[in-house]
Amino acid sequence: MSTHVSTPPGVTGEPVGLRDDTARRRFTVGRTAKYAAMILFVLIVLIPVYVLFVTSFKGAGDASPARAWNLPTDWTLDNWVGAWNALSPAIGRTFQMVVPAAIISAMLGSMNGFVLSRWSFRGADVVFTLILFGMFIPYQAVMIPLLELMLGAGVPSGVPSLIILHVIYGIPITTLIFRNYYQTVPHELVEAGRVDGAGMLRTYWSIILPISVPSFVVVLIWQFTNAWNDFLFAVFFSSSQNGPVTLALNNLANGALLQDYGVSMAGALLASLPPLLVYILLGKYFVGGLMSGSVKG
Amino acid sequence: MRHRLRRFGAPLLLLAPSLILLAVFVYGLIAANFRTSITDNHTAAQATGQQPVTTVWFENYVALLGSDDFQHSLTNLVLFTVAFLVGTMVMGFGWAWMLDKPDRGEGFFRSIYLFPMAVSFVASGVVWRWLLNSNQGEGASGLNRLFQMVGLDFLQNNWWNNITFGILAIALPAIWQLSGYVMALFLAGFRGIPDELREAARVDGAREWQLYRLVLFPQLSPIALSALIIIGHMSLKSFDLIMSISKPANYQTKVPAVDMYVFKSSFNYADAAAVGTILLVIVALVVVPYLVRTHKAEKR
Repeated sequence: MSTHVSTPPGVTGEPVGLRDDTARRRFTVGRTAKYAAMILFVLIVLIPVYVLFVTSFKGAGDASPARAWNLPTDWTLDNWVGAWNALSPAIGRTFQMVVPAAIISAMLGSMNGFVLSRWSFRGADVVFTLILFGMFIPYQAVMIPLLELMLGAGVPSGVPSLIILHVIYGIPITTLIFRNYYQTVPHELVEAGRVDGAGMLRTYWSIILPISVPSFVVVLIWQFTNAWNDFLFAVFFSSSQNGPVTLALNNLANGALLQDYGVSMAGALLASLPPLLVYILLGKYFVGGLMSGSVKG
Repeated sequence: MRHRLRRFGAPLLLLAPSLILLAVFVYGLIAANFRTSITDNHTAAQATGQQPVTTVWFENYVALLGSDDFQHSLTNLVLFTVAFLVGTMVMGFGWAWMLDKPDRGEGFFRSIYLFPMAVSFVASGVVWRWLLNSNQGEGASGLNRLFQMVGLDFLQNNWWNNITFGILAIALPAIWQLSGYVMALFLAGFRGIPDELREAARVDGAREWQLYRLVLFPQLSPIALSALIIIGHMSLKSFDLIMSISKPANYQTKVPAVDMYVFKSSFNYADAAAVGTILLVIVALVVVPYLVRTHKAEKR
């Protein structure tokens, strides 16, 4: 907030020193209030995290609602062991699904983005808008025939189906991210290739791909997180035997038996760990993906 | 001719796989879904092709839109979307405004506000189901218990079990999860405003609130529109959070996306498809003008 005090001294005709003093005091009060508010919001945002952690270490002795917000009396790992046993096969399957899905859709997005950023033809904008619209559609509007199509094509439910779906419905967003990035690449770079006689494929392969690493990171993270957290396709295209971790977690949390919050909260933490690690380690790129999601590059 | 092939061949080769996939999986399936929605395909026998299906045109739409049950879903959708939009815009803008000027610990606050975005709705649903437990008094846990502990007993309520406004309780976790995203958008917007513009306004004697009203807000309005569209279309498609907090069979909190799942589960493909098309129309009404507008702006 330091730039607040920016009226040039003397302009307003007030004694310079006095003005500066009042300004500084007001600004200190304002700053304290701002920090108080920001810290309060941090506490509010972290309430669910506190509950998840505390509950995941609680044993049967802490079941009383009166102890709901207390720390555990006896810390136990039972819930974590239970959650791991229930979720680990699904976590393995989720990795098998998410990694190929992210890589393939990044490749497709890169090719499309390059073409759409460099090659104009009549109606190119319309094509691009039609591609983008695919990002916004509610998948409920294609789900019934999609089920029939996948069944008819004999694609096994579970990991194979989900890879295909995440790749196809990931095309719009990955294309958008790459197109926006390639539009910032200096035109001369591509022209240089053309003068050297390189065709489009050649230019793409030897000039564009090597400089695309930052976009690849953004897209890979975006697709990884999206596919990891997906529940809609999982519900329609997999079962508890072959589905990803979101489905397994939902079954664990809404099981037929009495709800066991300790286990399901440990499970929720386990299931969130990979995307959270990505967020913590590669936060800058994560935000990059978010920004591209807003269409304007 | 050969020249044209050279010019158009390679780009088409790169673009073709995606275009074909999207043509089939987006536009082809939207058409196929509409086709199913105008049939009487309401039973498992028809869904599996053992019994014939006949076209009934818009009967399913008329029946759906006329039923109290589906109207309840639509009302819920509107309530949820309004709460979700207002909540995320207010929080997101407020946070961005506080973090606008680089200051101590800014990165820390930003990371904390944004992190819920990385978590799945299913995982956050687990803890929010606990927080929004409807028990009160002795048996209260979750937020109701917290209200008792800090002396705000009167705030206790039955959350998503309220028939009319229960859906608003589900908007709380949604706001918790996406306010950080809106903040990130606004922060990018604030940072995109050249310092000279602020300085110029100040030199011209603009007061702080005038600076916001006359200089910063107009600059931020495209960002605000993007945020509204993105959160709005997410909200209209909301499914995961409701499924994980209140289960699909819960009348209080159902929305069209949940209805679609319930219809599909009972092999009522025609109604499931009709709900899907209705959702598509609602989303398109919001998104298409925006896409067209953005597209025009880019051309300029």
